Amino acid sequence: MGAQIRVYKRRIRSVTATKKITKAMEMIAASRIIKAQRQVTASSPYADELTRAVTAVATGSHTKHPLTTEAEHPSRAAVLVVTSDRGLAGGYSSNAIKAADRLTERLRAEGKEVDSYLIGRKAVAYYAFRERKVAQSWTGFSDSPSYADAKAAAAPMIESVLADTADGGVDELHIVFTEFVSMMTQNPVDRRLLPLSLTRDGSVDGEGAGEAAAPAKTEALPLFEFEPSAEGVLDALLPRYVESRIYNALLQAAASEHAARRRAMKSATDNAEDLIKSLTRLANAARQADITQEISEIVGGASALADASAGSD
Amino acid sequence: MADLHVELVAADRNVWSGEANLVVARTKSGDIGIMANHEPLLGVLQSGPITIRTSDGGTVIAAVHGGFISFADNKLSILAEIAELADEIDVDRAERALQRSKTEADSGAERRAEVRLAAASGAH
Repeated sequence: MGAQIRVYKRRIRSVTATKKITKAMEMIAASRIIKAQRQVTASSPYADELTRAVTAVATGSHTKHPLTTEAEHPSRAAVLVVTSDRGLAGGYSSNAIKAADRLTERLRAEGKEVDSYLIGRKAVAYYAFRERKVAQSWTGFSDSPSYADAKAAAAPMIESVLADTADGGVDELHIVFTEFVSMMTQNPVDRRLLPLSLTRDGSVDGEGAGEAAAPAKTEALPLFEFEPSAEGVLDALLPRYVESRIYNALLQAAASEHAARRRAMKSATDNAEDLIKSLTRLANAARQADITQEISEIVGGASALADASAGSD
Repeated sequence: MADLHVELVAADRNVWSGEANLVVARTKSGDIGIMANHEPLLGVLQSGPITIRTSDGGTVIAAVHGGFISFADNKLSILAEIAELADEIDVDRAERALQRSKTEADSGAERRAEVRLAAASGAH
């Protein structure tokens, strides 16, 4: 009965084809992680210098600016969620969305209304399916974001921070993205971008500014002369600061996305290998059973013939 | 002559870094020249060409569009959203962009194209 073997052979063929695809996707993702990591590194001098400059202005002047002062009764917050455009990346997008949901709940518990801004088709689909209100969304650049993308996403958010609360302006700006720790570890995190909180020693607070703020802590900042004025500099500086932080978050999210996809595809490839192995064993057993059956049929037939001829003698 | 260290960084890459003895940049309130031991300064840049006279006597010209200049401890950082060295600028493309922006009356794009061309012509 060759039917059984044929079924196994067909399944082995299909799993082998799937394995080829997942293996290819794994290798593509692996090569893109390197590129994404390089982009993160390339963008860090700008981010570091910008953080230094923001720290310098914020400590060197006593200017009040809507982007640095905390509202007395914050009533609205904007949350930017960074997810991927495509699936097949394990829990990457759903983990980021879960982190955003937790943050949203916490903000609501504090009595703030939450405006959701989304990046990535996965988040858009998730929100659309649950019929949640979305302030604005962007798709199409999650795997290789450019600075212009970050700028486009930052513009409406900065605008709503500057607007009055009565006109729908927000008091706080949060971002949820997946932090790239290493090839094996990526954590969904939420960070507050605005208002900036200055720690006592003058460095810009926020774990995200971690490495960037580190040098500022050790060196005493000189008294700067501002051109054209402290207010003017701060006005121009803070939007750039937000853009650069969003850009950095997008780049890290892209690296995380590729790492998550690589891992997901690696385990898919491993599973396919296991499946092929066990299917091959089953196919071999079925083939062996066929042969055994054929032999016993031949032997049975031969002895029946022998019996018949012996009887006629 | 005393030198200052210059870092010209764009949002996505480090464009140029090295020692220089004079840097001329265009801020909101006019051109500013910075030499070593200038007082600490933080300024908002306008889009325009930046001229760096390097310590070995050469000149580096770059087109920057928006950004900041910060100087402290003989270290000058020029942060620009977009920055291109003069020899990286594609003159034909900039000229085409200039024509297009003129017909479309896009003053931002026109200004960017003009700055690029000015920086590129300064290099030759």
